[in-house]
Amino acid sequence: MSIDEGTAARVAKLARIRVEEADLPALAQEFSTILGFIEQLNEVDVDGVEPMTSVTPMRLKRRDDVVTDGNQQAAVLANAPDAREGFFAVPKVVE
Amino acid sequence: MLDLTYESPAPRVIAGATGDWELVIGLEVHAQVATAAKLFSGASTKFGAEPNSNVAFVDAGMPGMLPVINEGCIAQAVRTGLGLKAEINLRSAFDRKNYFYPDLPQGYQISQLYHPIVGEGEVIVDMAPGVARLVRIERIHLEQDAGKSIHDMDPAMSFVDLNRTGVALMEIVSRPDIRGPEEAAAYVLKLRQILRYLGTCDGNMQNGNLRADVNVSVCRPGDYEKYQETQDFSHLGTRCEIKNMNSMRFIQLAIDHEARRQIAILEDGGSVVQETRLYDPDKNETRSMRSKEEAHDYRYFPCPDLLPLEIDQAWVDDIAARLPELPDEKKARFVKDFGLSEYDASVLTAEAENAVYFEEVAQGRDGKLAANWVINELFGRLKKDDCAITESPVSPAQLGGIVGLISSGDISGKIAKDLFEIVYTEGGDPVEIVEKRGMKQVTDTGAIEAAVDEVIAANPAQVEKAKANPKLAGWFVGQVMKATGGKANPAAVNQIVAAKLGL
Repeated sequence: MSIDEGTAARVAKLARIRVEEADLPALAQEFSTILGFIEQLNEVDVDGVEPMTSVTPMRLKRRDDVVTDGNQQAAVLANAPDAREGFFAVPKVVE
Repeated sequence: MLDLTYESPAPRVIAGATGDWELVIGLEVHAQVATAAKLFSGASTKFGAEPNSNVAFVDAGMPGMLPVINEGCIAQAVRTGLGLKAEINLRSAFDRKNYFYPDLPQGYQISQLYHPIVGEGEVIVDMAPGVARLVRIERIHLEQDAGKSIHDMDPAMSFVDLNRTGVALMEIVSRPDIRGPEEAAAYVLKLRQILRYLGTCDGNMQNGNLRADVNVSVCRPGDYEKYQETQDFSHLGTRCEIKNMNSMRFIQLAIDHEARRQIAILEDGGSVVQETRLYDPDKNETRSMRSKEEAHDYRYFPCPDLLPLEIDQAWVDDIAARLPELPDEKKARFVKDFGLSEYDASVLTAEAENAVYFEEVAQGRDGKLAANWVINELFGRLKKDDCAITESPVSPAQLGGIVGLISSGDISGKIAKDLFEIVYTEGGDPVEIVEKRGMKQVTDTGAIEAAVDEVIAANPAQVEKAKANPKLAGWFVGQVMKATGGKANPAAVNQIVAAKLGL
């Protein structure tokens, strides 16, 4: 499967990564190479093999339903480029 | 359990220029899971806190933070599944749904696309006594809620509050089994009732703790039956999804409007485009959210931060063993044990608190009489004062006392209303009040006879008239009731007046 420049541009846009027009052919080529490798892996017959989700026999760790965090408004907002009255302030987004 | 049998309601039909159309509706209800902490962090879920104060670094999407699942949320989802008679998946998994929005700092929502925690279930949606729609549930999955954006605090900026970010939601997905706007609202109402009984969601629609996306399509009569036979969606029309509604009224208006919009397109020879639409209550119309179309490529993939969620059957069984009695069972039991009508039983079981109150009043007493007093007198009075049943000035024991006094013949129904008002405003033990204020019904025939004699003696002209026209005996009954302050037993008065007048 090969990825064209239009698809590469769309993937970049969805990921909010700016890619200059001139860089698109190389990016598309890179995507195609990666997908080629995936296609090669797909040739392996994995019928009846459980997908491996962990290399160690671990169970998903759980927490109790208790409030243990929060009340740190200043810390949460510390890295925000703009914050007002306890809110993050961002350029207007309206549907 | 006693089964109340029911018939299916007729689907809503809209007459078009080219013939009749029917509606087909499926709902995705987002219910906020009632827990103290969020789905993957230890921050509080409490509503109305200072902005960005219920936020852990996980919720804020800080680099390096890892989600750890809240077991309370898992239990609540399982409990909900069991309450909807659904299959519980002992193994489920979390996926990332990727999109960018300021109130989603992670850049993705953790959800369960491929392996939800709950599978197929069902809800019986009551439409009228003896009429109900069985709505199949396709699945319930756990996911994170997003934050809140406020657009009207500044002309150039949007303000973002992450308090809701990461709070657990259950998305409850129905099959397209709903056939009209009223059914859709009744379905949400029934779901809300079950969730509140289970204690898994508070159902507060105003705060957005319960909201619905509605899928609407239209088809010709007969097409839907073909779909039900084959489960083949090609028999149905193209659907549109109306997003994020949190009012029963708007759900109905939006469905009605959307169906008519689709019919107009189809009758014009056009075709409906599958898309997401937004309902505008001010204009009563739905409009396309085309801006979001392109972004709707969510590139789901398994969340690498979370192992599959495995739960034990024994743990599920333990939750099942501790489920409360649910609305359908409670209603059936009220009909059977207390001899109530299905309607009265529905009213009394609408909220769990009402049912608890009623049962306490009815315990060891006349159930029908208790139901009448709870529904007509108590609910009416509470409504007048805008007072919740949990804050009722009249306790179940007090109301039970009044009902007991009526049943024993100690007071008449009319006096009982006065007594209720006294207990409501002043409090006190009804039995004592009746005793102290001399409100007891006079059943002593001697006393009633004396009163009747007095009225007859004082009104010889009326006696003559009554002898000619027996219907006028009622006048004497009224006079005697007045003379005894309404305390005479009306049946006894009737009998004695008739005898004395020789009727």
